[in-house]
Amino acid sequence: MKAEKNSREMVCIVCPVGCRLTVTEDNGEVKVEGNRCPRGAVYGREEILSPKRVVTATCSLRDPVHSRLPVKTDAPLPYELIRSLLDHIYELDVPAPVRSGDLLIENFQDTGVNIIAGRTIPPN
Amino acid sequence: MKDLQVKQVYDLAIIGAGVSGASIARRLAMYDLDTVLLEKETDVSFGTSKANSGIIHGGFHHGTSLLKSRLELQGNLMFDQLQRELHFPFTRCGILVAALNVEEMKTVEYLYDRGRKNGAIGIELCSRERILDLEPKLTRDVVGGLYAPGGGIIEPYRFVFSLVESALMNGVRLMTDFKVTSAVYREGLHEVRDASGRTIYSRYVVNAAGLYADEISRIFGGEQYSIIARKGEYYLLDRMTRACPGKVVFPVPNAVSKGMLVIPTVEGTVLVGPTADEVPDKEDLGTSSDKLKQIFDSARQMIPNISSRDVITAFSGLRPALSGGDFYIEPSRLIPHFIHVAGIQSPGLTAAPAIAEYVKDLLKEGGLSLKERSDYRPTVDKVPRIRNMTPFDIDALITENPAYGNIICRCENISEAEIVEAIHRGHETIDGIKFFTRAGMGRCQGGFCTGRIIEIIMRETGKSFDEISKRGANSTLLWRSLCERKQ
Amino acid sequence: MRTETIDTLVIGGGAAGMSAAAAVEARGYSVALVERDDELGGVLLQCIHNGFGLHEFNEELTGPEYAERWIRIIGKTKTKVFCSTTIMELNLLEDGRRECFGYSSVHGVIRFLARTVVLAMGCRERNRGNVMIPGTRPAGVFTAGLAQRLVNMNGYIPGKDVVIVGSGDIGLIMARRMQWVGSTVHAVVEIQPYPSGLTRNISQCLNDFKIPLYLSHVISRIYGKDRVEAVDITPLKDGVPDQSGTFRITCDTLLLSVGLVPENELSKQVGIELNPLTGGPIVNSMLMTSIEGVFSAGNVLHVHDLVDFVSAEARLAGEKVADYLEGKRPAREIRVKPGSNVKYVNPGSIDPVNGSELYLRPLIVANNSFLTVSLNGEVIKKQKKAHVQPSEMIKLSLPPKIFEQLDIGEDPRMEVSLNDES
Repeated sequence: MKAEKNSREMVCIVCPVGCRLTVTEDNGEVKVEGNRCPRGAVYGREEILSPKRVVTATCSLRDPVHSRLPVKTDAPLPYELIRSLLDHIYELDVPAPVRSGDLLIENFQDTGVNIIAGRTIPPN
Repeated sequence: MKDLQVKQVYDLAIIGAGVSGASIARRLAMYDLDTVLLEKETDVSFGTSKANSGIIHGGFHHGTSLLKSRLELQGNLMFDQLQRELHFPFTRCGILVAALNVEEMKTVEYLYDRGRKNGAIGIELCSRERILDLEPKLTRDVVGGLYAPGGGIIEPYRFVFSLVESALMNGVRLMTDFKVTSAVYREGLHEVRDASGRTIYSRYVVNAAGLYADEISRIFGGEQYSIIARKGEYYLLDRMTRACPGKVVFPVPNAVSKGMLVIPTVEGTVLVGPTADEVPDKEDLGTSSDKLKQIFDSARQMIPNISSRDVITAFSGLRPALSGGDFYIEPSRLIPHFIHVAGIQSPGLTAAPAIAEYVKDLLKEGGLSLKERSDYRPTVDKVPRIRNMTPFDIDALITENPAYGNIICRCENISEAEIVEAIHRGHETIDGIKFFTRAGMGRCQGGFCTGRIIEIIMRETGKSFDEISKRGANSTLLWRSLCERKQ
Repeated sequence: MRTETIDTLVIGGGAAGMSAAAAVEARGYSVALVERDDELGGVLLQCIHNGFGLHEFNEELTGPEYAERWIRIIGKTKTKVFCSTTIMELNLLEDGRRECFGYSSVHGVIRFLARTVVLAMGCRERNRGNVMIPGTRPAGVFTAGLAQRLVNMNGYIPGKDVVIVGSGDIGLIMARRMQWVGSTVHAVVEIQPYPSGLTRNISQCLNDFKIPLYLSHVISRIYGKDRVEAVDITPLKDGVPDQSGTFRITCDTLLLSVGLVPENELSKQVGIELNPLTGGPIVNSMLMTSIEGVFSAGNVLHVHDLVDFVSAEARLAGEKVADYLEGKRPAREIRVKPGSNVKYVNPGSIDPVNGSELYLRPLIVANNSFLTVSLNGEVIKKQKKAHVQPSEMIKLSLPPKIFEQLDIGEDPRMEVSLNDES
């Protein structure tokens, strides 16, 4: 079995202090150094194993006044799926009216993450 | 409208729609002629005429024997009438030359004599007390100077726009994006072709091509001369600056240039500059910051309150310099029915109305028959501009046209109606609209209004987003639209 | 001409305007809220990213979501809202009222007659002219905020190959946004030796996309005749450009994120005294400017980083406007000045009887420093700060109980400082 060792320097973003972390991953075992609190260990671990991000974007809106509808993921999405999500968002064409929070894409690629409308657009 | 089968034959073709070409076009529009004005840029006044000091000169800077001196004085006197007819912003605020020591005062006396010989009306020598009285913002170190009450300030591009509008209204045809690439004289007509293959035919041609007058001459097979670009950089100060003088302030000139001026603009801002450097590239409009200190130190010697903190933006203009230093306005001896109007540096703007008279006479001498048209209209319609109006007048205007109430440019107080008017008058680029309305010239430099102006241009012209440009051709603003479905 | 007579005119319908209007209206006064754009919300509408509302609503919201909360709040009040209306003039009438003319395509010119005015006009971006980048004048140079509006509201991508000037949050957010819409960001250039934006944004907007950040660098030249073609980037050595290190990046778009300026043209027009350190009006403990009955809050007073602070500051201003309308004035005020390592403190005076909230900006980057408030040389409040940096505004409460036992004296001197050691 090949030994996999993966090491990264990163700045923890959980609180404004910004501890400099060194995170090492060796065959699924994660070691985090440099954090001054336990939240940093959680952040470092997740960043190296399965980084996730909240994605915000806009999609086409069919409305006489507004051209774009802001949208967002309702939870952080695995990093490697972001490109695919954006492609899907740019395919959307949402007709007004829309309520903030309306579900636009449900359970994207089985991650449990939904894409919701970020604005209420009233009927014409 | 354009019938490509029929040969487009004109009596007169004017190459270059800067201040010279536009003035000539309007002057000749008074006659029963078919005239075409050819301009290589997307809009008129996009060359030297858009970037200069806007000064109407006082008639003392050039020697009496020079053609430009004569035309400067004549032109200067024509501006009141022109403003009444064309409504461009113009103020005869007066010009001062400030002497900071006894030596400089001697030069000032020399300028005064020259002004008197040239016929500058009302020109006077000032004592320290008198000049400080005339201009309280001057340094207390001033020892005296010269006052030319006939001097003034205009917005140069607004002047050119109004000249062209008047010309068009009186039957002149304008062709923009027409860059002359070849010309042949055949059967009594100049056959003039542009880069895209469009061809016009004209009995007479006036070469008013500014920086490229030498190239046009070459293309036509005319006299060989060389126009060198002389770059001048200016800094524009916020209208809230406390350093705004009431008159145009000149330092004492030296051999190379008129010196670093402090110019109140008609619109209330202040220009500081210009520098004067020969540049090899006729398109080099770059600005540099190493001149900044030089320009401001020099300006502060005359107006102590001048501060670089008030700078909104910098810009540069290129003067078409011809060896000999005078205007070259003469019929060609090599090509029939062809008039050169070249080397029109300062005081070109001031002289423009007189240049037009002069060229008209040259054309007449050259055989062009001039019959006055009976339906000539000297005035253009005044465009309501809300920045000059009271709230009560604006309220009445909004009732007629609600677009006057939609403020697009907050910094300069420009309404949507004015922008639409600019577009209807042929200014479809961001810069064209900027020069016609002033939208985008204020302190935010288009940060707030640009998005809105783009939408208005698209709505009024039907252009798609990727056709919106800063000043035509490849100066497009936007790369892609997110609203189009991606493949 | 249509005339609106109200107790309070709020100029600006963004975060500050909405919060101030709601606060005044809740105290029973008539309020007109005037907004130049077609809808309320201000710049929040184009800030589609997350990070708003953690303090105000205990939730992480996007800009439009945050705006919508406030729009709903305003909708439930009797505030008269005038959108698509631009205030162009503010006059002080002899009878003490304030007169404003608002231009609207729908209403014509409206003459507002108000007993009090709240200035909430926000700020504008510094642009190429302010930073004087040498070079040609091609198309393709945008401020980051304009690009953000074009992308997020109009749906146009300004360019394909981007260089961003300034590592403030707007520039960083746009770096990510441009990458997400398919453009490539080749560099972020920052004149300071440290980034101005939040570390979180450096990580998620630059590191995630491997966008290089050049600290202590400047754009020394723009190239391109019709459209941007390239820029020269020059490192600073001891604060001075070192031309020998200049390198060129091919690009077609330059986004400028080089600072914000409070939009005080209306204030200047009417003669309000401005603080050169903030760019906004000098205000007392009531957030009132040098002109009676004219108050200010939000970005027009000083540039904020957190919209939550804007809402809190504007709410306070609204409360003070209502106090003012009721004839209440602070019994006394103590001038407060920035001390060591503090750039400025707003407001410039505090009210010891009713308490005050101060907003201040540090001059230093430091961990584990101490924020101290001293009165006549004595420390009256001390707070440990885990992390401070110039791009993060600090909010400091001075409740009345701090002053109850103190001898304030005839000519009190108050100072707020930041120090490394206690």
